Amino acid sequence: MSIDILMPALSPTMEEGTLAKWLVKEGDTVSSGDVLAEIETDKATMELESINDGKVAKILVPEGTEGVKVNAVIARLVEEGESSDAAAAKPAPKAPKAEAKAEAPAGTEAKPTAKAEPALKDPEIPAGTEMVEMTVREALRDAMAEEMRRDDKVFLMGEEVGQYQGAYKVSQELLQEFGEKRVIDTPITEHGFTGLGVGAAMAGLKPIVEFMTFNFAMQAIDHIINSAAKTRYMSGGMISVPIVFRGPNGFASRVAAQHSQCYASWYGHVPGLKVVAPYSAADAKGLLKSAIRDPNPVVFLEQELLYGRKFEVPKLDDYTVPIGKAKVVREGKDVTLISFSYTMLAVLDAAEKLAAEGIDAEVIDLRTIRPLDAETLVASVKKTNRAVVVEQGWTAYGVTSEVSSVLMEQAFDWLDAPVLRLGGADVPMPYAASLEKVAIVQPEDVVKAAKTVCYKA
Amino acid sequence: MRAESDISPPELDPNRYWPVLRYLDKAGIAIAPIPQDLDDRDLLASLYRAMVLTRTFDQKAVSLQRTGRLGTYASSLGQEAVSVGVGASMHKDDVLLPAFRDHGTMLWRGVTMVEILQYWSGDERGCDFAGPREDFPVAIPVASQAPHAVGVAMAFQLRKEPRVAVCILGDGATSKGDFYEAINACGVWNLPAVFVINNNQWAISEPTRMQTAAPTLAQKAVAAGISGSRVDGNDVIAVHDAVSRAIDEARQGRPQLVEALTYRLGDHTTADDARRYRDDAEVSARWQEEPILRLRNYLVGRGWWTKADEEALIKEIRAQVDAAVEDYLAMPPQEPTAMFDHLYETLPQALSEQRRMVEDGDG
Repeated sequence: MSIDILMPALSPTMEEGTLAKWLVKEGDTVSSGDVLAEIETDKATMELESINDGKVAKILVPEGTEGVKVNAVIARLVEEGESSDAAAAKPAPKAPKAEAKAEAPAGTEAKPTAKAEPALKDPEIPAGTEMVEMTVREALRDAMAEEMRRDDKVFLMGEEVGQYQGAYKVSQELLQEFGEKRVIDTPITEHGFTGLGVGAAMAGLKPIVEFMTFNFAMQAIDHIINSAAKTRYMSGGMISVPIVFRGPNGFASRVAAQHSQCYASWYGHVPGLKVVAPYSAADAKGLLKSAIRDPNPVVFLEQELLYGRKFEVPKLDDYTVPIGKAKVVREGKDVTLISFSYTMLAVLDAAEKLAAEGIDAEVIDLRTIRPLDAETLVASVKKTNRAVVVEQGWTAYGVTSEVSSVLMEQAFDWLDAPVLRLGGADVPMPYAASLEKVAIVQPEDVVKAAKTVCYKA
Repeated sequence: MRAESDISPPELDPNRYWPVLRYLDKAGIAIAPIPQDLDDRDLLASLYRAMVLTRTFDQKAVSLQRTGRLGTYASSLGQEAVSVGVGASMHKDDVLLPAFRDHGTMLWRGVTMVEILQYWSGDERGCDFAGPREDFPVAIPVASQAPHAVGVAMAFQLRKEPRVAVCILGDGATSKGDFYEAINACGVWNLPAVFVINNNQWAISEPTRMQTAAPTLAQKAVAAGISGSRVDGNDVIAVHDAVSRAIDEARQGRPQLVEALTYRLGDHTTADDARRYRDDAEVSARWQEEPILRLRNYLVGRGWWTKADEEALIKEIRAQVDAAVEDYLAMPPQEPTAMFDHLYETLPQALSEQRRMVEDGDG
């Protein structure tokens, strides 16, 4: 049986090279490890070693030949004692990858593939459930406390989460209840503690990593994306990274360009992450509990300006909200207003104003950015035939752009007007209060856009 | 008028403050009394065997890459004593966080040659090792495994488990924030972690002096408030001794940094040609210090290793490596749908649709 010697690739990007020199000639006997030839590229010279024992039957590419394609057959070996003519009759070589045998050797049977998620439903809140009023801040704290009581693998780490009770007082009383081993004040090192949080998750814990704001998490984005989002995939499923990255996201009040950025679309872009951005206290609580239990890395985007807002939260022992499910928060028939997090305020306000003008708006809170609940969005637009999508960040390559594309792809025939996007002004957030207000979506902007798509502007 | 002052840093003699632990000189002659428990024929023969296996495997992997049957590969030629010495020093239930040149450690820990080859061929199934299930896969990003090691050590501390996270980094990795952030946090929390720097003198084309003005890498431990030490990384007995002691210390909550001085005799990876930036003469001189011959000379000198032993070992290891290569080449490629398999624990609906398209062939 003859063995083809192929033109080697020095690197994955190499396409061709020069066969500089043959160090063997036809008829020579070679052993595994013997240098057969020298190959040159613009970057390097390398020696081509034989990995088989045999006799050089045929040299097919003479030395000095330039532009020899990678994987071209450059010579042929035969086993000792075999006729050199056998080599010539051999059919065209297969690509090296194709050599794999069809049958799997024992022990390599395919792993079970990931199960598909079942259809998501909002939890039924039993009739008569007592509703309690609480702030988003309290809801987030309660979610963490409940999960920390439930599972001793859950712990919280970040800057100021312990003694100081949280830079925005989200972790109040957690240190007192759980102690400093589970409520950990870290050095000022977003990149460092994000990486170590990921390591702890890989080692079987369930960290909640608090960023004082997501603006500081840009330091840590390498570990969020390259370590957290990709390790399950790159480890062939061996390593899970059950971790939550949470903290305020987007603008607050007059914290200027570097501290007013929304990262929903940044993280929403990345396969392997789940991205959640709740508006109400009930969703903040239910989704954070789900995020902590999720076996995948979850980026949990809060909003400083919502922390102090009060909402009704069902008083249940274990209230969770599924990740990946949008919520119709107001039913309507004329236009669908889609948003999430802080800009839900503007959208809900706009819906009231539109109602006063006889336009019945349906309002959807995305709640989860990734995976996006296209089903709920498309169903709504099939009913209203019009949509306005609103976000706090920039619309360019943004969440609103993604939603618009989904509607165009999946509901094109039902649309009676182009989908409109609204977001922050396409500039770094101004510091001046007067300019900041202009840069942020206001209810009037939403009213105007809704009227535009209803052709009533 | 300004007062004359000397603001340059004090001249520290690295060899005084950071002595290099060494038992064998480059010829394999004992220059210091070897601790009794290490000066053991069976132990040293097993280290020797593991180093020979690592080098034989390494050479085969490079050949496979050269013939288009493996992706880009990072050889550990010349650094086998660091790799094997670290592996031999760890307890079974400690956790290894390797860089990308630590095949010897991984092999010692029970990762198979087939798995390593699979990984370097771009098949993630090779990371799902059957052996040390809690060890980490190879870290390709430079130093990203260092903060991960802190997290692992923190998990051990929280669960009150007497285990140690052992992280291997290259000399180039010590220039990265990850490294400083990791050793700093370990110092603050007294975590059970050991960082072993494989100082092979070259970060691709940049020699160590272009990474730092500090005369040693071990002294970087001082700023983090942890212990640092240096060891001759081509003397496997010294590596085993230094790293074992570091691991013992770390297990007591005293994190450690060990700088192992060695030399990268090969290219950075198969996509590199080191002859373009360093002298052959330098490399030739360093071949005189390489770890395998050094230990063999010692073993022979002690009367613990014969020509027959050597021949039998070479034969056995070649057969073992050849069999692994054969198994690796016979592995069927992954199904195209495999790309969806391990992205999330359960596949979100939007991705289920993409998976179906690939399955149906209209992707």
